Amino acid sequence: MTILIDKKNQVAEKIQPTGFLKYFSFSLDHKVIGIQYLVCGFLFYLVGGTLASAIRIELTSPISDFMPRDVYNQVLTLHGTIMIFLWIVPVVNGAFGNYLIPFYVGARDMAFPRLNAVAFWLIPPSGLMLITSYFIDGAAQAGWTAYPPLSITTPQSGQIVWILSVLLLGGSSIFGGINFIATILKLRRPGLKLMQLPMYCWAMLGTSILVVLSTPVLAGTLILLSFDIVANTGFFNPVLGGNVVVYQHLFWFYSHPAVYIMVLPAFGLVSEILPIHCRKPLFGYKTMVFSIMGIVVLGLVVWAHHMFTSGTPPWMRLFFTIATAFIAVPTGIKFFNWVATMWGGEISINSAMLFSCGFIINFVFGGITGVALAQVPFDIHVHDTYFVVAHFHYIVYGGSVFVIFSSIYHWFPKVTGKLLNEKLGMLHFALTFIGFNLCFAPQHWLGLNGMPRRVAEYDPQFQFVNQISSLGALFMAISTIPFLINIFLSAKNGEKSGDNPWEALTPEWLTSSPPPVENWKGEAPLVTEPYGYGSELTDKDT
Amino acid sequence: MTTINPKKLENSSNEENRHHEDFRLFGLITFLIADGMTFAGFFAAYLTYKAVNPLPDGAIYELELPIPTINTILLLFSSATFHKAGKALLKKNNFESQKWLLITSVLGITFLICQLFEYFNLPFGLTDNLFASTFYALTGFHGLHVTLGTLMILIILWQTRIEGGRISYKNMFPFEAVELYWHFVDGIWVILFIILYLL
Repeated sequence: MTILIDKKNQVAEKIQPTGFLKYFSFSLDHKVIGIQYLVCGFLFYLVGGTLASAIRIELTSPISDFMPRDVYNQVLTLHGTIMIFLWIVPVVNGAFGNYLIPFYVGARDMAFPRLNAVAFWLIPPSGLMLITSYFIDGAAQAGWTAYPPLSITTPQSGQIVWILSVLLLGGSSIFGGINFIATILKLRRPGLKLMQLPMYCWAMLGTSILVVLSTPVLAGTLILLSFDIVANTGFFNPVLGGNVVVYQHLFWFYSHPAVYIMVLPAFGLVSEILPIHCRKPLFGYKTMVFSIMGIVVLGLVVWAHHMFTSGTPPWMRLFFTIATAFIAVPTGIKFFNWVATMWGGEISINSAMLFSCGFIINFVFGGITGVALAQVPFDIHVHDTYFVVAHFHYIVYGGSVFVIFSSIYHWFPKVTGKLLNEKLGMLHFALTFIGFNLCFAPQHWLGLNGMPRRVAEYDPQFQFVNQISSLGALFMAISTIPFLINIFLSAKNGEKSGDNPWEALTPEWLTSSPPPVENWKGEAPLVTEPYGYGSELTDKDT
Repeated sequence: MTTINPKKLENSSNEENRHHEDFRLFGLITFLIADGMTFAGFFAAYLTYKAVNPLPDGAIYELELPIPTINTILLLFSSATFHKAGKALLKKNNFESQKWLLITSVLGITFLICQLFEYFNLPFGLTDNLFASTFYALTGFHGLHVTLGTLMILIILWQTRIEGGRISYKNMFPFEAVELYWHFVDGIWVILFIILYLL
């Protein structure tokens, strides 16, 4: 049996294209699939970013002049959906997970390579479907949350395409999650214990548990919603006796964990990057593991804090407020562990490190506003205002996207064998960091003063602050240019990095860069101390 | 996981691990947990509707019990026959195994026919009221699972026709996978029966 399949694989490798073309093929190699996820995700990021720019241009003036109102609704819906389901979720999970996890567990590939490739190839068609729905009969207009009755009453063909595409993406996400759980738990190299794994494995294990438990609920909910639209049933339609709050409960049962699906892998990636560039062991490995698992458990029981204005009964408000506030504990532990990892370390200031530090700063800010939003009296005041928009973007852009860029600077030498240009990298960081804070920090003020989200028109008194915010968005848009130049120039004639430019100890650096198809020429190395930096130093001290 | 088989350790390069049956079943179990969560979502929606959304006057939601009770017995019985088929296959008795698989698939098809019969005799349609919609969504989604399961049983029935063929006592994985799926679908039906018909 085994020999038979191995023979088949060898044949398949011969047929499969090599070189650049392999990235356009149904490849089973986890490294190729990882890069496919990353590049595909980045292309969608450019689309989503263009839409974000359109939103910011519209909001430079208080009247609806740049585009009609219904187009504005479509643009913000597409922006949200693309950024969440086609950029952050596939990239922090699929791209880095597929590339790194087999290295970290000492395997040659993922547990189910074919399922892995299927999971990736579901993404481009569903993304294209979503975008092209705009040109046919108008895209969905109900926001990325698709709350009924809005999603039932707005033009229906776009909404149905939206549902289909999110269902496909959810399927892709579930297949990926199953693959990660099986790889981490079952495919570890003999002798490698769970508590010796790099932190990203733990983060991905926690994330995948969330994906497997919560994504199917979203799928079920969207199926019911599509029945409401197509078959005229009344699950979520109050006119027909349905209940819109049930949709909100089911939707947020997925979509709150979805925030952790976007940010937990980012925590893991930062925990890999910091020790290497600070030359110190990761502080508090065990507390990191327990806080990840704590976030997974708590993350599943806090969803109704998105619904404090939906007529939730007082006991429910109390429970969800307390549970949400509790999440600050494991998250705070992680934050202090990162700071303690950097404390007294030999910090090298490079682009990867800068983006990681940017992440820590932004994330703390987003975390604090998150705790504030968990309090019912405050939340009722700012619900559905720009305060929520600012908080959310501090978590997913200031958190996840900063980490994605940090990881690209960190692992680019691994993938290509060339270093990225540091000067362009720092320019990219400066533009992104300043632009990001300029764009989203003023939105807290806008929200506190009552500017509602998702509306193209606003009170003229907010115009100046909105223009500052749009200026920040311009910086962010421009920041992509040095990044892209950097990627193309460095991939073509960048400085050779050698196999291990960061002198790292994690297993993926203990092979050549770029790695061979079978990951290691010989046996996979047994890395029991992935963070054993500075041990010579401690020896001298004692 | 805790006990290390020295023989396993000796030749445990990943290429061999990849085709180890254990973690394919593990992957399937993870998938079934995910699938179960979809049902959990539907059940949660149904129970919430029942608790907070009163039906309009004159809505009929009293269900007749005989057909679903027969269906429950059919499915529980089919789980047992599937188990028998597996035991026969392990004893290398392919013919015996095929016989039991055939009985299982007939039970599955009978279940679906009974379900359709119930649908045609119900006094309400899909869009009549909230209860009717939820009823059809739940039983329909489960029926879809039974249909898929029955098709897969017929496929493995075809594949066991040659002794030592694609599915045999040496390569039980496809068989075990379908069996696990079938037990899962039966288990869901029992929960559905209790929640939808008895509560």
